[in-house]
Amino acid sequence: MAELTKNATEREPILQVRNLVKHFPLTQGILFKKQVGAVKAVDGVSFDLYQGETLGIVGESGCGKSTVAKLLMNLERATAGEVFYKGQDISKLSGRALKAVRRNIQMVFQDPYTSLNPRMTVGDIIGEPYEIHPEVAPKGSRRQKVQELLDVVGLNPEYINRYPHQFSGGQRQRIGIARGLALQPEIIICDEPVSALDVSVQAQVINLMEKLQDEFNLSYLFIAHDLSIVRHISDRVGVMYLGKMAEIGTDAEIYEHPTHPYTQALLSAVPVPDPDAREGRERIILTGDVPSPANPPSGCRFRTRCWKAEEKCSVEEPLLAIPERFKGLQTLAAHESACHFAEEKAILAV
Amino acid sequence: MPRDNISKQDEGGGVTTSEILSVAETGGGSAVPLLEVDNLQVEFKTRDGVAKAVNGVSYSVSAGETLAVLGESGSGKSVTAQAIMGILDSPPGRVSGGEVRFHGKDILKMSDEERRKLRGNKMAMIFQDALSSLNPVYSVGDQLGEMFRVHRGASKKDAKLKAIELMDRVKIPAAKARVGDYPHQFSGGMRQRIMIAMALALEPDLIIADEPTTALDVTVQAQVMDLLAELQREMNMGLILITHDLGVVADVADKIAVMYAGRIVETAPVHEIYKRPSHPYTRGLLDSIPRLDQKGQELYAIKGLPPNLLRIPAGCAFSPRCPKAQDICRTEIPVLHPVTEQDGTELPGRGSACHFWKEQIHG
Repeated sequence: MAELTKNATEREPILQVRNLVKHFPLTQGILFKKQVGAVKAVDGVSFDLYQGETLGIVGESGCGKSTVAKLLMNLERATAGEVFYKGQDISKLSGRALKAVRRNIQMVFQDPYTSLNPRMTVGDIIGEPYEIHPEVAPKGSRRQKVQELLDVVGLNPEYINRYPHQFSGGQRQRIGIARGLALQPEIIICDEPVSALDVSVQAQVINLMEKLQDEFNLSYLFIAHDLSIVRHISDRVGVMYLGKMAEIGTDAEIYEHPTHPYTQALLSAVPVPDPDAREGRERIILTGDVPSPANPPSGCRFRTRCWKAEEKCSVEEPLLAIPERFKGLQTLAAHESACHFAEEKAILAV
Repeated sequence: MPRDNISKQDEGGGVTTSEILSVAETGGGSAVPLLEVDNLQVEFKTRDGVAKAVNGVSYSVSAGETLAVLGESGSGKSVTAQAIMGILDSPPGRVSGGEVRFHGKDILKMSDEERRKLRGNKMAMIFQDALSSLNPVYSVGDQLGEMFRVHRGASKKDAKLKAIELMDRVKIPAAKARVGDYPHQFSGGMRQRIMIAMALALEPDLIIADEPTTALDVTVQAQVMDLLAELQREMNMGLILITHDLGVVADVADKIAVMYAGRIVETAPVHEIYKRPSHPYTRGLLDSIPRLDQKGQELYAIKGLPPNLLRIPAGCAFSPRCPKAQDICRTEIPVLHPVTEQDGTELPGRGSACHFWKEQIHG
């Protein structure tokens, strides 16, 4: 674990995640439910998030990235592991203490169509957090606060009495962001915030999020599957595969010097629009699908789809650490990667 | 100028859209394109008025050729495809004008029965969401075999054998063992392969794939796209690939048609569009993709929102969002001009529906 804090700067992390585990039980029987197994959605994930930075989390569907988000928000109870917010373990909090912490960690959801209540006005939606945390804004000033928030996210403050259906997808996502900002949190967890939006609108929302980060010194945990957007917005990037962190490092380390085969395959599979950039680019096409998280492969979880897999990979689980061969070297390849045979491979990335 | 006059404008300009596009045909095609869409118009009756989803779209596809239709939601790209297939929700939808010629014959004039015989047999469609397009209560073998039983009168036993053969063809491992499995027992990528198998079953001449990989993960996306391209080459089919992702089309398409608010705003052979777009909308789409050298800078964003189809702006529909819009853009609908080099040399297959395409392409 010492590894984790070492490569970052001297700053104190605002959020520390240690060995986070979430298993969803699989049961059989109607009256007498007995557990027959577990879906290991998140299986020992650790990372740090610093003040004012953006940590991107990428991975395919089912890799557990959204479950991590829910665990950080305490929307799901972790099976094991800890989440430290400013040194305090919040994963086991409940009641009033949990409520107090949640004020500082807010979330923006993927689907702007279903995450806003269609029967509430925009003013009620954005102002609802104040009902739960009245200390942030006294009753009389709430309306004004909401209008300020609408202005901050680039919507007309006069829209306060409108309903969600009167807005487009991009505008709705702005409403979702305004709601996330209402309590002046320090951390915002964004779970695929732009993937439901049209291409021409995505850029607008990304720009808004970057502007807000600078303005309010926010820390983002940015979960997405679009690698080029993650690269654009993130300071550091973590790659997840089947409930584990495969590789984590700064954006340049991950995108220019990936050492984990999965990251390399993921990057090479990204469709690149520019034909010149595509020429001479090697594409690694993985065979098969992601195995079931209920029954993950032994040893390294990626070995069933990996072209480098050897005997060792099925027996010994590779740990997330700076690979031996790169230790102490002044190279961008010297970042944490969970592979026995970590090596650099030139990938013309996104 | 009324919007419906677009076809007349075309005549005035001397060159129609389908002529521009047919120049782009690659060597493999015969003289008559497999499919010609000519000035197609589709509208939907809604409570708030008539929404003009497609306003005079023309394109053509030859055998062995891939046309990518690129556009945002509401641009009319899927509705055009539905009109071609004859699966438009009607009412409220209605083809209000234009022709769709398949092997030279206008299929919009055919009877329902004739069109039903075309579907599956001669033209087939692959949908975005394989899970909701497959019937959950029938095994995939039944659903694949149904193609042969209904269209070819095959026996149940033969149909099953054919189904296994097809599953092999789309590289589903252990096809024989899995033919009796139900859709929910397959992963997303596998389900999409089954959709592809179903579309290919009767060896159609034309396949329309509507966002075939949008619901899939990137690593699986590449597998499925490669498979589709490979089978298309093998069977020399025409392929219309509908997508919103500029990256997906780059690898497989021969030519691109970019749609906006129910019209084609730009057409070009695939490689040229990225280098030299001739319409500000295409330019904007390309610029809003995050690039390496822009790290830490603000992304370029097209301002505003796609138009409401009930109230398409007068003149060029893109003008309210266009950084270069002039007065003429707000009054006159630009037709799809052929695009030429500065010295007047023709650029085959290129067209732009922008009054200022010259400035756009030549800087």
